[in-house]
Amino acid sequence: MKSKIAAMSKTSRDNFKTYAMVLIVYVVVMIFQAAGLVSSQMSGLLVPLCVYATMAVSLNLVVGILGELSLGHAGFMCVGAFAGAFFSKITENSMGTFPRFFLAIVIGGLVAGIFGFLIGIPVLRLNGDYLAIVTLAFGEIIKNIMNVLYVGQDASGLHFSMTSATDLNMDGATGNLIINGPQGITGTPFDSTFTAGIIILMISLIVVLNLMNSRDGRAIMSIRDNHIAAESVGINITKYKMTAFTISAVIAGCAGSLYAHNLASLIATPARFGYNMSIMFLVFVVLGGIGSMRGSIIAATILTLLPEILRFMAGYRMLIYSIVLIVIMIVNWNPKSRAWLAEHNLSRFLFKKHHEKKEVK
Amino acid sequence: MVSFITNLINGISLGSIYAIIAIGYTMVYGISKMLNFAHGDIIMVGAFVAFIIISGLNLPAALGIIAAVIVCTALGIAIEKIAYKPLRHAASPLAVLITAIGVSYFLENAALLLFGSDPKIFTSVVPFTNVTIGPFLIPGTTLISILVSLVLVILLQFFINKTKPGQAMLACAQDRDAASLMGISVNNTITLTFAIGSALAAIAGVLLCSAYPSLSPYTGAMPGIKAFVAAVFGGIGSVPGAMIGGILLGVIEILGRTYISSQLSDAIVFAVLIVVLLVKPTGLLGKNIQEKV
Repeated sequence: MKSKIAAMSKTSRDNFKTYAMVLIVYVVVMIFQAAGLVSSQMSGLLVPLCVYATMAVSLNLVVGILGELSLGHAGFMCVGAFAGAFFSKITENSMGTFPRFFLAIVIGGLVAGIFGFLIGIPVLRLNGDYLAIVTLAFGEIIKNIMNVLYVGQDASGLHFSMTSATDLNMDGATGNLIINGPQGITGTPFDSTFTAGIIILMISLIVVLNLMNSRDGRAIMSIRDNHIAAESVGINITKYKMTAFTISAVIAGCAGSLYAHNLASLIATPARFGYNMSIMFLVFVVLGGIGSMRGSIIAATILTLLPEILRFMAGYRMLIYSIVLIVIMIVNWNPKSRAWLAEHNLSRFLFKKHHEKKEVK
Repeated sequence: MVSFITNLINGISLGSIYAIIAIGYTMVYGISKMLNFAHGDIIMVGAFVAFIIISGLNLPAALGIIAAVIVCTALGIAIEKIAYKPLRHAASPLAVLITAIGVSYFLENAALLLFGSDPKIFTSVVPFTNVTIGPFLIPGTTLISILVSLVLVILLQFFINKTKPGQAMLACAQDRDAASLMGISVNNTITLTFAIGSALAAIAGVLLCSAYPSLSPYTGAMPGIKAFVAAVFGGIGSVPGAMIGGILLGVIEILGRTYISSQLSDAIVFAVLIVVLLVKPTGLLGKNIQEKV
């Protein structure tokens, strides 16, 4: 085994480390849980943790590999969550738990992928901060529409409305309201488990890491580093940008569907699917190191658990959280503090920055 | 027709408040090329300072406004020195964006600890009541908002185009290295920009809470985002663009809320932004800079 690892190339070894890290954490958590050492608050955080880590990987594909700033990733997660939960609701009595949940995740990913593709067509024509604000706008629009969407099912099929539940004109006897406007979807089956979350995270990681080391991935990174040079050697910029953006949306949709199957009531609130959430994912990505998937997962884990660890400080915990965030960012990114840490052989404490974008003058 | 014009006036009033915030946003962006996510929360701090002075200590409204401007200016300078300056030469421009988000969390949670989450009722600082012109009833706050924003834009345009510090700002926004070679202190100019932006945010906060008198730690967040949208709408970096963007945004929001759907008003605003950016990718008054190879 050991010689096999040694024989790997540097990137495969690095990827192997990332997979191993996730699996080790999984095994350790399972052992702790079996031994009854995980508090109920902590075990309640396990599925959200997988969701956030997967979202961080998904966003890192756009920010770190494609090099564009997206502030609307919570929107894709929202689409995936509603699509997945909707599917589970209408097939609740006709399918077994496992195939239903599996299909719900796939459908969440597919629907979000379609949205990602459609949104990508106009959005990817822009760049820089303009692209960021438009993705933010799309995320907010999705959240807003989910709040006025009513969908019901009766004997004659599905009914849609954007105004109220009574406008659905459903057959009273067989009518079943599934998406109830601002009340969202209630009673989605609780299918999400930590194991399922880890599997989704692992699959996303395998997809993204393999993409990064493929011909397509190198084409995407060449666009990030210098899109004019990339274009001049014949790389189809639109195609590769769309590929990265759509894959990222699919992953976000799967994470959203996972998230939905962990909630008693799925409502498109600003706290869950608003721009604040998208920004939080961006924090994971930047803190963990732009372009480093392992860093994203570590940062997502630390920042999700931090408020829980700081719970004993009651009201002060979010204040402390914000100060910690500012201090980590300054220590990590200030050129002087980086030089100081490197001088004292402490740079291993810095979050790694793979594939750091270099200034091209 | 009468109700349409009344709505239009309300839209312009809300829009002029957005415009004041957006001008602060756009100036800070122009000079430091960063999205200052904490800008919206400075609005909230300004409103709280005015609230304490006016309702808490029962002092005159003018004193409350002055105190709000002073506190916010100092806060803006402090934030820039402590949180943003160390990252000015960071390898990624995203680093300072995340710090700005950290500052935003910090201000919101500090306000939450100090004042609690229940909304406070803000007493309007506008000294005169509603005005009736023909068939139209115009609230005093509406008139004041429009007047104040107009005066501020004219003053700012004069300051930027006619005074030395203003010219220094333009120079720094265009090329920081070249400006410092010409003997302009880049640090001081950036500090001055943050000070002006934050003072504008304080005024906007007082006006916003006079028009919509509910004040909570999250009051500033959504207007902050809307103002950011307005700044992009008008072409980020341009002061007249921010003014036009802000007013258009306010009008679209109020008209959309009244005539299309009250729940979808935000979605309409964002949809219009998307359409504008697709037609004109650098905003209404933004300069289209050709990329050189």
